[in-house]
Amino acid sequence: MATESHAAGDAAAHGSGGMPQLDFSTWAAQIFWAAIAIFVLYKVLTNSILPKISATLEDRHNVIADDLDSAAELKRQAEEAEAAHNAALATAKADANKIIAEAQGEIDAELAAASAEADAEISARTAESEARINAIREEAKSNAQFIAADTAQALLDKLAPGVADKSAIDAAVNRALASSGVAK
Amino acid sequence: MAKQAVEGEFNIDPMHQFEIKKLIPLDLGIVDISFTNSALFAFIAVAATIVFMWTAVSGQGLIPGRMQSVAEGIYEFVRNMVRDTAGDEALKYFPYIFTLFVFILACNLLGMIPYSFTVTSHFAVTVFLALSVFITVTAIGFMKHGTHFLSFFWPADAPAAVRPLLCIIEVISYFVRPVSHSIRLGANMMAGHAVLKVLGGFVGAMGVLGILPILGVTAITLLEFVVAILQAYVFAILTCVYLNDSLNLH
Repeated sequence: MATESHAAGDAAAHGSGGMPQLDFSTWAAQIFWAAIAIFVLYKVLTNSILPKISATLEDRHNVIADDLDSAAELKRQAEEAEAAHNAALATAKADANKIIAEAQGEIDAELAAASAEADAEISARTAESEARINAIREEAKSNAQFIAADTAQALLDKLAPGVADKSAIDAAVNRALASSGVAK
Repeated sequence: MAKQAVEGEFNIDPMHQFEIKKLIPLDLGIVDISFTNSALFAFIAVAATIVFMWTAVSGQGLIPGRMQSVAEGIYEFVRNMVRDTAGDEALKYFPYIFTLFVFILACNLLGMIPYSFTVTSHFAVTVFLALSVFITVTAIGFMKHGTHFLSFFWPADAPAAVRPLLCIIEVISYFVRPVSHSIRLGANMMAGHAVLKVLGGFVGAMGVLGILPILGVTAITLLEFVVAILQAYVFAILTCVYLNDSLNLH
């Protein structure tokens, strides 16, 4: 490449500290090539690079938004599961309480039935026993009356034979038994 | 800029580095469009930008790597700047502003390499960029608002007596925009590089004490990196501000 200085006259001006910026003879060339360079840059940027960056940023934005959405969805599902779990727990508790109450009721009923039966048996047996006691007592009383009358007869026969009056002795025995509380 | 070989220690020409050299002469007679060092570095800047961006996006990772993060960072930075400054409507001009920003940024940073050439240190280029913005933005204003765009220059809120005067000021300030827009960028790039060159010249001239200018050159080089990025940003955000005025009047 030839690297000649722009112009002999300019070179002299530069030597004395002139500004190459104000050498208007170079402006057209500078502007012409700068414009082409910028146009090339603009074309490449707009045709491929900027759309790519824009698409990448858009993609990333969408991915982040999607991730946030799915996270929110999962959170919602977790909350639902927790609510379902709590509901199931509450139902189970209620069921258990109901079963306990039912069992308690059954047990109470059975207990009541059993104790009523037992009471009935007890009173039946008591009545039976009383009846037997009464029978035994009656028998003993009549035995006592008979023994007393017999004894009195025998005594009278020994003490004063012929005096004994069977009906009078019976009446006396009865009186004595009644006064001693054995008879009714 | 590193110290260049000059004739004598004290004969330092800080403007020499800005000289336009014809690499491929191409004189069309009425106009000279020779391929110069300016054109070469403009294309190097463009090629570097394209290679960087292309490499950065070719990975296409959902989770970006280092280069992809940088490319996406620049993309979102410029996009947010356009939207915050000029509104959602201005987003359709985003590719133009992005191109402008990365071109100026690449040229500025490329100029930080010793012995390279700073395309944006020449007013030819900055005036061209600023005028393109000025003409485009003015055209957008007329296309969107028709003749109503002229109300931009008429301060309806001001007292009636001073309105004509303010109108003249508004018109002047509007037409001064491309001037300040271009000179701000060009002068910043030129001045920084010239100062570096002058200080670099002192290193040779001061002998052992040359360590002092070296420290100065180091500090200013760091500053120049900031300026290189900042001026690209300033140019782009001013473009957004002008675009906002055209789209939304004020």
